[in-house]
Amino acid sequence: MGNMRTGAQILWESLVREGVTTVFGYPGGAILPAYDAMLEYPVRHVLVRHEQGATHMADGYARASGEVGVAVATSGPGATNMVTGIATAMLDSSPIVCITGQVGSRLIGSDAFQETDVTGVTLPITKHNYLVSNVSEVAPTIHEAFYVARSGRPGPVLVDITKDAQQGSAEFVWDGSPVRLPGYRPELRASDAERRRAVDLINGAKRPIIFAGHGVMLSGAMDLVREFAERANIPVAMTLLGIGSFPALHPLNLGMMGMHGEAWVNQAIQEADLLLAFGMRFDDRVTGNVKTYAPNARKIHVDIDPAEFNKNVMVDVTLAGDLSNVLRELLPRVERGDRGVWLDSIAEMKGDSAVRDVQNLPDSGHLYAAHVINDIWRMTDGKAVVVTDVGQHQMWEAQYYHHEKPRSLITSGGLGTMGFALPAAIGAKLARPEAEVWAIVGDGGFQMTMCELATIAQEKVKVNVAIINNGYLGMVRQWQEFFYERRYAATPLLSPDFAKLGEAFGLRSATVSRRQEVEPTVAMARAEPGAVVIDFRVEQEDTVYPMVPAGADLHAMIRRPSPSPIVETADD
Amino acid sequence: MRRTFVVHVEDKPGVLNRVASLFRRRAFNIESLTVGRTEVPRVSRMTIVVDTDDNGAKRLEANLYKLVNVLRVTDLTGDAAVIRDLTLIRVAATQETRTQVMQIVDTFRGRVVDVAPDSLIVEATGTEDKIDGLLGVLQPYGVLEIVRTGRVAMSRGQQSVATEPADAPAEADPGDQVSYSV
Repeated sequence: MGNMRTGAQILWESLVREGVTTVFGYPGGAILPAYDAMLEYPVRHVLVRHEQGATHMADGYARASGEVGVAVATSGPGATNMVTGIATAMLDSSPIVCITGQVGSRLIGSDAFQETDVTGVTLPITKHNYLVSNVSEVAPTIHEAFYVARSGRPGPVLVDITKDAQQGSAEFVWDGSPVRLPGYRPELRASDAERRRAVDLINGAKRPIIFAGHGVMLSGAMDLVREFAERANIPVAMTLLGIGSFPALHPLNLGMMGMHGEAWVNQAIQEADLLLAFGMRFDDRVTGNVKTYAPNARKIHVDIDPAEFNKNVMVDVTLAGDLSNVLRELLPRVERGDRGVWLDSIAEMKGDSAVRDVQNLPDSGHLYAAHVINDIWRMTDGKAVVVTDVGQHQMWEAQYYHHEKPRSLITSGGLGTMGFALPAAIGAKLARPEAEVWAIVGDGGFQMTMCELATIAQEKVKVNVAIINNGYLGMVRQWQEFFYERRYAATPLLSPDFAKLGEAFGLRSATVSRRQEVEPTVAMARAEPGAVVIDFRVEQEDTVYPMVPAGADLHAMIRRPSPSPIVETADD
Repeated sequence: MRRTFVVHVEDKPGVLNRVASLFRRRAFNIESLTVGRTEVPRVSRMTIVVDTDDNGAKRLEANLYKLVNVLRVTDLTGDAAVIRDLTLIRVAATQETRTQVMQIVDTFRGRVVDVAPDSLIVEATGTEDKIDGLLGVLQPYGVLEIVRTGRVAMSRGQQSVATEPADAPAEADPGDQVSYSV
């Protein structure tokens, strides 16, 4: 019995063995033993200002690196503050492990101080969760939690550890061998018959489109998708979370599909005869009205999670499994294709309606979000890791920042969590210190988690924060404009002077309201060793075009009006 | 249509909650759910009746497999299966009516398991139709209280719904067997 440790020590012994070097957290009563033990271990702890921030940071860390992100909080309010971040990670299949303290096991059920049934609360928003009330369970549970979080379709796992389990002692034994769970088999293999059907459909298709979703990156299948597309000459459309999985400027890249996708992408989908859905789930923001969705297309759905098959859209062939494995099996049987007619017809749909470089348009004196984002793209050579919040700026980022590399756009797609960007950018930067990280965030979302500026200052995290400040909750205002007769209920937004605010946190800050100031200010931010906050005062009632209204047919888009202040298109 | 699933799960705290929560979250309505031990230690068996179509059944199965504690899901719908419901019925029975009630119970192959001056407790097993039939004819005498277990089911013949031992290694499964866990 020479290896006795407390449960708190065993927690860190286990985390270190799982490769954890950074955790994001906030201490409190029920997690205090773990915090006390932490000082003895080689782990960087990032003190957040709100536990929601800890989960988004862990999430940003996971998405930027592909490693499991870790967030730590105390019981009760500490744990419930994590709920939004956990749900965000759940909907975007992001592997995070949340460690929460729990009241002593003998107090459970007594409504003790800061007691919440956290495993109960998080049951529907975690991939799996655990209540650990015995010191002997700490090590095996942590090992299992990391395995569950990262294997198969990744997702958040919560481990709730009672205070007595942290304080108790046990011999520390680390069994690092692969986890075996009797009811859990993340390795799937589609039947050969299904694979044959898929190959036949692919080789026979005249108007196919590949859909690249988040699963492409989660599977690490970027090169295989590219090889597949190039071999068969099939154009690739991306979901929001798929952006970066296929090079933006590749000739076969159509761009983003769905509600704010470009018109030719959605039109091509409606005219396609085959959809190859790779690691995406036909979200309603992608399909519009499912009854009229891609009416001429056979559909092949490749996903690691069979529960996604025929959930939103009925498909013809389902291939369960890791996308890389499936593509490796399909590739040798996929015939080289020409598909010139199809590619030409898409080019025709495009006309020259491709978004022109907004830099080339005359300076009308107004500052548009598109300018700001396009300038950041240009000046960073498209190589920055951009973390966005949710709303108009998020869609403009998807349209005007052209991502060539995977894991370079980090955004809350499924849950659409405002307040995500700032903390997630901190996580992304700590995961990839060599990367240039920009948080692009609206004035609304920024104010939801702006307390994390203090975390940035305290931890000296170099991220650049571009606030797209239009004085409105812009996307909601846009819906009010289109669908509620411009009755702007509760969308005009008063904000503090963000530059002064940034300075109050000790961060270099600037305000930009003219187009010619964008470039020098972005250059200043890039050169500055510390974090920079820039308040971009953009056009207030600008609108994201094109738009498929929620539930409308995919081809029934609201196009850019003519003449557009930002972009001009041939057929407008 | 009504479908019967047999779900083998690990016998751990909270597993019933996970299964029930899944049905609620995915908007499936449970008509009945029974749970009990099996021939294998640490493995429980649930019989769940749910009203859904073919596609819903497939998605439900796939979603159940996503629960880490679920070992095996079998859709018994359409298979030859023995399906039983157990009921206890407290029925009013006076000296004058007791014989009649007992004859009815006998016809339905039920048993009288308790007799009080003004009532009987009847135990009956059978398909839900049969139990419904029994209740129908007892109604005129005065049904005072009912408890029903809900459906339990087992496939007929030799083919058993295999209960995997809880410590079976995952890779012991034949490769062609598609499992839905992720």
